[in-house]
Amino acid sequence: MDRLPGWADAVLVPLVSLLLAALLSALVILGIGESPVEALRIMVVGAFGSTYGWGYTLYYATTFMFTGLAFAVASHAGMFNIGAEGQAMLGGLGVALVCLALPWPHWALALPAAVVGGAVFGALWALIPAWLQATRGSHIVITTIMFNLIAAALLNYLLGGVLRPAGSVESATARFPEGATLPTLHDMLAPLGISFSKAAPVNISLFVAVLACLFVWVLIWRTRLGYEIRALGYSQTASRYAGIGPVKIVVVAMLISGGLAGLMAVNVVMGEAERLLLNPTEGAGFIGIAVALMGRNHPLGVFLAAILFGFLYQGGGELGLWTSIPRELIVVIQALVILFTGALDNMVRMPMERAYGALRRRRKA
Amino acid sequence: MSVAPAIELQGISKSFGPVQANKDISIKVAPGTIHGIIGENGAGKSTLMSILYGFYKADSGRIFIKGQETRIPDSQAAIAAGIGMVFQHFKLVENFTVLENVILGAEDGALLRPSLAKARRELAALAKEYELNVTPDALIEDIGVGMQQRVEILKALYRQADILILDEPTGVLTPAEADQLFRILARLRDEGKTIILITHKLREIMEITDDVSVMRRGEMVATVRTAETGPEELAELMVGRKVLLRVEKEAARPGDVVLEVENLHVVDGQGVERLRGIDLQVRKGEIVGLAGVAGNGQSELLEVLGGMRAATGRVAVNGIDLALAGSGADGKARRAAGVGHVPEDRQREGLIMAFSAWENSVFGYHRGPASGAGLLMDNAGILTEAAAKMERFDVRPRDAKLSAKHFSGGNQQKIVLAREIERNPDLLLVGQPTRGVDIGAIEFIHSQIIALRDAGKAILLVSVELDEVMALSDRIAVMFDGRIMGERLPGETDETELGLLMAGIEGRPDDAAAAVQEAQAAQAREHAEEHGTAHRAGQGGGHG
Repeated sequence: MDRLPGWADAVLVPLVSLLLAALLSALVILGIGESPVEALRIMVVGAFGSTYGWGYTLYYATTFMFTGLAFAVASHAGMFNIGAEGQAMLGGLGVALVCLALPWPHWALALPAAVVGGAVFGALWALIPAWLQATRGSHIVITTIMFNLIAAALLNYLLGGVLRPAGSVESATARFPEGATLPTLHDMLAPLGISFSKAAPVNISLFVAVLACLFVWVLIWRTRLGYEIRALGYSQTASRYAGIGPVKIVVVAMLISGGLAGLMAVNVVMGEAERLLLNPTEGAGFIGIAVALMGRNHPLGVFLAAILFGFLYQGGGELGLWTSIPRELIVVIQALVILFTGALDNMVRMPMERAYGALRRRRKA
Repeated sequence: MSVAPAIELQGISKSFGPVQANKDISIKVAPGTIHGIIGENGAGKSTLMSILYGFYKADSGRIFIKGQETRIPDSQAAIAAGIGMVFQHFKLVENFTVLENVILGAEDGALLRPSLAKARRELAALAKEYELNVTPDALIEDIGVGMQQRVEILKALYRQADILILDEPTGVLTPAEADQLFRILARLRDEGKTIILITHKLREIMEITDDVSVMRRGEMVATVRTAETGPEELAELMVGRKVLLRVEKEAARPGDVVLEVENLHVVDGQGVERLRGIDLQVRKGEIVGLAGVAGNGQSELLEVLGGMRAATGRVAVNGIDLALAGSGADGKARRAAGVGHVPEDRQREGLIMAFSAWENSVFGYHRGPASGAGLLMDNAGILTEAAAKMERFDVRPRDAKLSAKHFSGGNQQKIVLAREIERNPDLLLVGQPTRGVDIGAIEFIHSQIIALRDAGKAILLVSVELDEVMALSDRIAVMFDGRIMGERLPGETDETELGLLMAGIEGRPDDAAAAVQEAQAAQAREHAEEHGTAHRAGQGGGHG
């Protein structure tokens, strides 16, 4: 089979997939009697037309970077971690406990502590499925799905009881102390004389997410651990030959994966809600799978795909606001993008490879 | 020739992407002959046969069967045209009986019973006609590979095939079983069947075929009468230059004992004892070859020594006992103890196919200081070193950034060998060093192994190719059923004796072949008794 050059493989294939998804979405929008061009305009303007739009797009993107990286790291070790959702919920619990534990004097102290809290809780929630997979062969897909449900039930229980402040009727923790409020992009850019929407929730977690992308890149392609993770992910038998302990690698990779998933809570729980509510993840754990698939498990790809999904979320929200397109259709559009970029990757890739091969042969002849 | 050829191919071409697997191939196979097709791996033999059997569609060219132009879009059409194929890897349902496998896909009607009865009658007739003895009611998983292969041949004959294609049929057989197969093939030919034998073994071509076609790099380079050629000429045609068929080596000068194995036992996951008390020694400066039919414990022994499988007993390297189970019994500890390992299956074990050559060049040794300091790997350093290694071992293409999967089998093997040999191990375990490797590369690989021996290293060689074991070893141990049947010196033994040991028969009876047949017949009877009753009971439950 002809191989596409690197740039085509990494950029062109996802772009064509995206285009196909957009075309199909356009047909659906036409079908319900709305103008696809107008819909696209609303989405683009809504997501990128103002600092407010950008702020929301990047806020969502931050979350998806964390969950996308979480899926990518596990994926390199050959694990299909479908449990980012639950791990992120527990991460939320960790962040909330850290934030509520002390009357934090300044966010600069609270942030590192919350990062540790979120990562540790998320990692520990991944530990049991990882351990069961590594030592007992219990399939990680099954166990992590179950752990998602357990995590939701656990939050439900805690927020309805122990963590609910006395007298409150809402299933939520108390508001975090002032000192645990993370600076938003507005707060950070104001001293530089750049005005950015005050209302947008994008905050310093965005930079934590970018650092996480860098961390994952170094981990996977520059460290011995990353080498062993990739080796195990590609071939269990070859890893046994090389003396790479599968139990250790599976557990460590899943801890890192769970930790990254837990970090999304820093953005959502600490950066936006400033208290822990029920269902803090809102499906972001699952979106992470699509983000990682589209980003081909590479941190740069995850970064770009996260921004795309941030756009879909924000633009889709605007669409629901300004048109008669029902909310459900936005979910359909997002699903089409996931379907084409994630699941149907080969449908686009293989004809392109064939076309490329034919083109090259003709040029040679 | 007055009679139309059984098969005639005219100008067959087939490309996979940029690779032209078959280039304008024309060939005529006379009816009632055994026609050999020989060529290196990747020469296009299998592609050509897959086109003939309807698995691939040729880009151009025409196929004539018995003088009639025939289109073969799928294997159904091939069967209808009277072509039967026996694959290298059998396509049998393990938990079906011989009879059930024979009728599978050729049942008449919805009810099985009439088909089974008809098949039983036909099998009896075929057995009589061609010496194709099988036990109809034995389960496939319980019979030996020799009989499994006969079942494959019977399947083809049951479907009225009069042209039989056999793809590397002797790879899994003992020499005695191979002889028996050849007798069956000769009989089939004498009864008017046409047989195409695909192989890379020159000896088989010389022994059994009437005509031979040689393929090289997708082209048919020659078709000659077997009687008018010889192995040297054929090898030269295959490779395109003169080859040394036998490696030159000086007598070994064995030194101290490096590897000591005592009373080694292995029980696999199903509770079957795979090694039943192995005792073995390998000294410095000697190559000990383990001969045996695949599946008699050689693989398990290599895996235990390489740290891939737990065992009980004692293994010492340089006088130091190795852990055989638990945490110290892994490839990491073995490498630290000075054991290098060229595993039997380079694609599944020795290499990560998706990794580039340079990443593979430290696989298993990626922890050591040579691969970088601290947590980080010295990627640039490894890349430079890998490029140098590829130069020294003549790995082609000389591109260290290319994924392992894009190298040919021989070059993949060279990447593994370079990695293991250049670590300068005290003991090198070598499994199937030339399986799927071109003749040209075989020469190189053999010379590297001998050079390592001459440098005073201990080498344990496992190979299913008896020729290879005999050519390389300074001492040969034959394995059968998890035991070492005996040790022989290559100069003082021959294929017949080793073949008998491989079949589990000690000593040297006058009529060797008869003894093997007797043993096999006894085995078959045993199975028939064991499974006949069990199977009937099962059938009663299933259909009642």
